Amino acid sequence: MKIVVCIKQVPATGADKRYTADLRLDRTGVEAIINPLDEYAIEQALRLADAGTADSVTYLCMGPDQASEALRRALAMGGDDAVLITDAALAGADEWTTAKVLAAALDKLAPDVALMGMASDDARGSLVPGAVAAMRDVPLLSYGSELALADGEARVRRLSATGFDWIAAPLPVVATVTDQVGEPRYASLKGIMAAKRKPLETWSLGDLELSADDLHGAALTTVTDTRAPEEKPPTERIENVPAPEAAAKIADWLEQRKLI
Amino acid sequence: MTYLPTAEHDELRAVVRELADEKIAPRAAEIDEKAEFPEDLRQLLAQQDLLGTCFEEQHGGTALDTLAQTILVEEIARADATTSLIPIVQKLGALPIILAGSDEQKDRYFPRLASGEWLIAFGLTEAAAGSDVASNRMRAVRDGDEYVLNGSKRFITHGSVANVLTVFAITDAEAGGRKGMSAFIVEADTPGFAAPRVEHKMGIRGSPTAELTFDDVRVPSTNRLGEEGDGFKIAMETLDRSRLGIAAQAVGIAQGAIDAAVAYAADRQQFGQRVADFQGIQWMLADMASQNEAARQLTYAAAARVDADAPDLPYWTSSAKLVAGDTAMRVTTDAVQVLGGYGYITEYPVERMMRDAKITQLYEGTQQIQRLIVARQLLQRAGVAKRGS
Ligand SMILES: Cc1cc2nc3c(=O)[nH]c(=O)nc-3n(C[C@H](O)[C@H](O)[C@H](O)COP(=O)(O)OP(=O)(O)OC[C@H]3O[C@@H](n4cnc5c(N)ncnc54)[C@H](O)[C@@H]3O)c2cc1C
Ligand SMILES: Cc1cc2nc3c(=O)[nH]c(=O)nc-3n(C[C@H](O)[C@H](O)[C@H](O)COP(=O)(O)OP(=O)(O)OC[C@H]3O[C@@H](n4cnc5c(N)ncnc54)[C@H](O)[C@@H]3O)c2cc1C
Repeated sequence: MKIVVCIKQVPATGADKRYTADLRLDRTGVEAIINPLDEYAIEQALRLADAGTADSVTYLCMGPDQASEALRRALAMGGDDAVLITDAALAGADEWTTAKVLAAALDKLAPDVALMGMASDDARGSLVPGAVAAMRDVPLLSYGSELALADGEARVRRLSATGFDWIAAPLPVVATVTDQVGEPRYASLKGIMAAKRKPLETWSLGDLELSADDLHGAALTTVTDTRAPEEKPPTERIENVPAPEAAAKIADWLEQRKLI
Repeated sequence: MTYLPTAEHDELRAVVRELADEKIAPRAAEIDEKAEFPEDLRQLLAQQDLLGTCFEEQHGGTALDTLAQTILVEEIARADATTSLIPIVQKLGALPIILAGSDEQKDRYFPRLASGEWLIAFGLTEAAAGSDVASNRMRAVRDGDEYVLNGSKRFITHGSVANVLTVFAITDAEAGGRKGMSAFIVEADTPGFAAPRVEHKMGIRGSPTAELTFDDVRVPSTNRLGEEGDGFKIAMETLDRSRLGIAAQAVGIAQGAIDAAVAYAADRQQFGQRVADFQGIQWMLADMASQNEAARQLTYAAAARVDADAPDLPYWTSSAKLVAGDTAMRVTTDAVQVLGGYGYITEYPVERMMRDAKITQLYEGTQQIQRLIVARQLLQRAGVAKRGS
């Protein structure tokens, strides 16, 4: 069974986020890391490889040249090979474009499972996995706390309000996993050394038989404005009072706002 | 001779620092308070292949250069000095075998040491023989295909947790310590071997420092390192290299203290401003950082001499250990000063670092012994060495 893990390189979580004049994220001089939520997808794939369920794990990333560092880091954790899709025409790609390009690459790689994170740390769109599944016309199994593969079928365990569900679909699928998968492993020293020798290919749009025209430029969307979210008023806490008194205070609060 | 860290050294530092920050630093206070050997961290280091850096790939090691090994120790010590002794002593104990072992001995022991499955210790010091190594008393008497070891050792790091030890004993009492000492590989489960007691210490409290007793311990003669009488030379050649690990440990401890002091000074307010904005504090921080940088660069320069097997290697490694150990003591003491009263309490790490730093001036040759070695090298260079030294 073949797994392709899609990973995005993002600015380090604590890094200052600045915008360029055309309202795109300014990545110059900012430390870049593997999207932390994608590390759970990597961990899930490697566990399936450790268990012998997955025969190969390939990493796929769309990004600038420097995104190859993210792929090397992933290869140091484990896995077999990696593909970087990079092309000048992709600068400023939005969710639709990203999905279109990843879908074309996945058509070429033809994995049983395309595994993704639940969201990126910088844009937090959570749209790419669904879009890729739709474009490839394969089922989407989203938000798994675990992924299992058997008998031509993929299943994810998804936490629900009352417990959890197992959701199954025939292969091939797109699946996303959450941080409930378990702690991502650290790269070992031998892993880091071995990663330098693992194959890392670079593909351009031409290799995917896509043109800038197919992509309607890099983006369907335009960012017109960016704002920091408004600060919420401080939370009022009712603490250290007996329950009946606390209940009365809550009732007063709700009444004042004509909510009850 | 170049000794600037390469991109690969920087990558190793980043990887070890992340691991140390996330997994080792949070354990440091507890390890110190409970004086407990951090078995969990030993396993973590083994799993990450960080205990095999001085072994060849054919034995399952990663064969890193000495500079890389130095950076590894430095980054672990920055988080916790006790834990940094795990890779330091893995190398200290193995060096006699690396330097004087046969292929058969290396094949037998190195795979388990490189994987971290086994720990090794270095048993040289005795109660009556510290700086004066040649006054060792422990005896090894040949009996057919075996040697019978009798005596005791003191202050042996990991002596109570190691699976195997390199041990030095007198095989020819008449020839004395310098000519009559031999080195042996002793497995810890050999009958007659025991580690009855560990010391209560000021610092590196999680690192067990054991007393060892040998009561008719029978060791096959194939476990002797080199020839009979090579022991003193093997011990000295080991220490000439291994003390660089202590220099690296000292640089790391000091760096941990500098980082803690800077973070605190930038946060603490007195007289309506951050204490970091007082020039008196800034000067202290600047001295701490620049002196530790000098110690670090000297340590890296010495690392390059170890890899080049330079003839004046003891000059470099002893200078590095001397400068780095004294710097660590000064820097950690000043870090406590920067934190004021908070530096003196266990809620902050710097008092522990100050206690830990002290050992770097003592073991693997006290600072006085380092000066003796450096001076001897100086006199040798000048062609005025005392005869026989
Ligand atoms: C305000 C704003 C500014 C932006 N500025 C820029 C910019 O300057 N430059 C730019 O390139 N893009 C920019 N984008 C686009 C955006 O960052 C993403 O490239 C794209 O929209 C993917 O969406 P997402 O990050 O929300 O992915 P999500 O849908 O949240 O990602 C889910 C999963 O899809 C996979 N995935 C997502 N992206 C990739 C990828 N590139 N490679 C491999 N796998 C992937 C990962 O597994 C990830 O966990 C901007 C978006 C916004 C909203
Ligand atoms: C925590 C710890 C861990 C250790 N781990 C190990 C280990 O793993 N293996 C091992 O074999 N040993 C180990 N040792 C032993 C350590 O190397 C010795 O303690 C050290 O070499 C000093 O010996 P000593 O304590 O007997 O001091 P002494 O030699 O008695 O020295 C006392 C004082 O006299 C000074 N002095 C001695 N000789 C001279 C001289 N010629 N000129 C000037 N001053 C001199 C010393 O510098 C010191 O100040 C460890 C010790 C400690 C405390």
